[in-house]
Amino acid sequence: MSYGSTTSACRALLQRDLSLVWRQRGDALNPVLFAVMVVALFPFALGPEPTMLARIAAGTVLVALLLAGLLSLDALFRSDLEDGSLEQLVLSPHPLALLLACKIAVHWLTTALPLLLVAPLLGELLYLPQPVLPVLMVALVLSTPLLSLIGAVCVALTVGMRRSGMLLALLVLPLYVPVLIFAAGACNAAQQGLPVLAPLLWLGAGLALALVLAPLACAAALRISLS
Amino acid sequence: MNSPIPLEAPPLLEARGLAYLRNDEPIFGPLSFRLGAGEVVLMEGDNGSGKTTLLKVLSGLLQASTGTVLLNGEPLTLARLSHQVALLGHLLGIKGELSPLQNLRFAIGLGGLRSGITPHQALKSVGLEGYEDVALRQLSAGQKKRVALARLLLVPAALWLLDEPYANLDREGITLVNRLLELHAMRGGAALITSHGAYAYTSGTPRRLQLRGQEAAA
Repeated sequence: MSYGSTTSACRALLQRDLSLVWRQRGDALNPVLFAVMVVALFPFALGPEPTMLARIAAGTVLVALLLAGLLSLDALFRSDLEDGSLEQLVLSPHPLALLLACKIAVHWLTTALPLLLVAPLLGELLYLPQPVLPVLMVALVLSTPLLSLIGAVCVALTVGMRRSGMLLALLVLPLYVPVLIFAAGACNAAQQGLPVLAPLLWLGAGLALALVLAPLACAAALRISLS
Repeated sequence: MNSPIPLEAPPLLEARGLAYLRNDEPIFGPLSFRLGAGEVVLMEGDNGSGKTTLLKVLSGLLQASTGTVLLNGEPLTLARLSHQVALLGHLLGIKGELSPLQNLRFAIGLGGLRSGITPHQALKSVGLEGYEDVALRQLSAGQKKRVALARLLLVPAALWLLDEPYANLDREGITLVNRLLELHAMRGGAALITSHGAYAYTSGTPRRLQLRGQEAAA
């Protein structure tokens, strides 16, 4: 009789979630299409003047990716709640925080990573200055996991409620503001030729902190939501 | 090996004065009972009498308002609990997009594997041979329930908490549940099953507990 190791539990969870995403890989493209459309709205609304678009490009891409991530957040625990898998996760003998960290990792891999890959294209659509692109990408690499982690805690808090979509957005967006400020700060600094390291380091510090604390908070929030 | 056997081994599960209040309104209890190894107890009660809540409290999903739950004579902690208890609720905890085999492999990864059984054998013994790789959403409600029952066979939990295990099952399925319960009891496991009374545990004479919700508390 074997109770199984935590490693094998995490592996089983990663494998299951990835194969679930793979079975619905069409849906995985939706956040990307959403981000492309949001970015495409700005030239329509503000006019197609290249200098003006270049000035707002980095910020627009950041906000578009943030909103796309927000829309996909609600699905993080939804299906697991509906079919009872979440109860089984909570009742499993392994640390819930670790299992949730795996779920968040899969969520980031399958929603944020495709967004990261199209970010250069989105920048190109808005005449993003070439030197800013690397800084924008580094800022995105650091901030998207941070957004997923913060978002997951809020999802865990609201997962027990019906129609929690709008409430989730109201909870999450204020928490996203600091992340956005540092990421946009780095891009602005790059655009003006100033040093970009400080805001990126802040993002890194935030990510390190969230990597440790967010899964724990997520686990605690989930236990409250389920009771 | 030759440790002296205590005169009276502590029961697998014991509830002492267990009650649950939701917003100060009693859902069930106070309730005291013991469940020893090799025992199957049928918890009967009308709809809304708190059967599901009781199972959630016993499995550790909910915190009891008053009273204690003892597992092998010791107060329960979440960590020890989860090695010992398998819960089958109204929600089966299986994924419609995946095949029965994939679902069971995940359950094993999460909960561990009882020795001497494989997922294939478990599916065979619940009568789903040949359905190993069919997507679960194509199966009927009763067949999904059978997949969930196969999970119970695989994970090494000694205590089964089954919420309405007979729901959605045909006559053959009901016999199957009874057979699995008998087998589990023979191996020294214990099970607490709930029923609103429409189906009965037919083999043997299980102990019955009545749950009358608020009346019992009054």
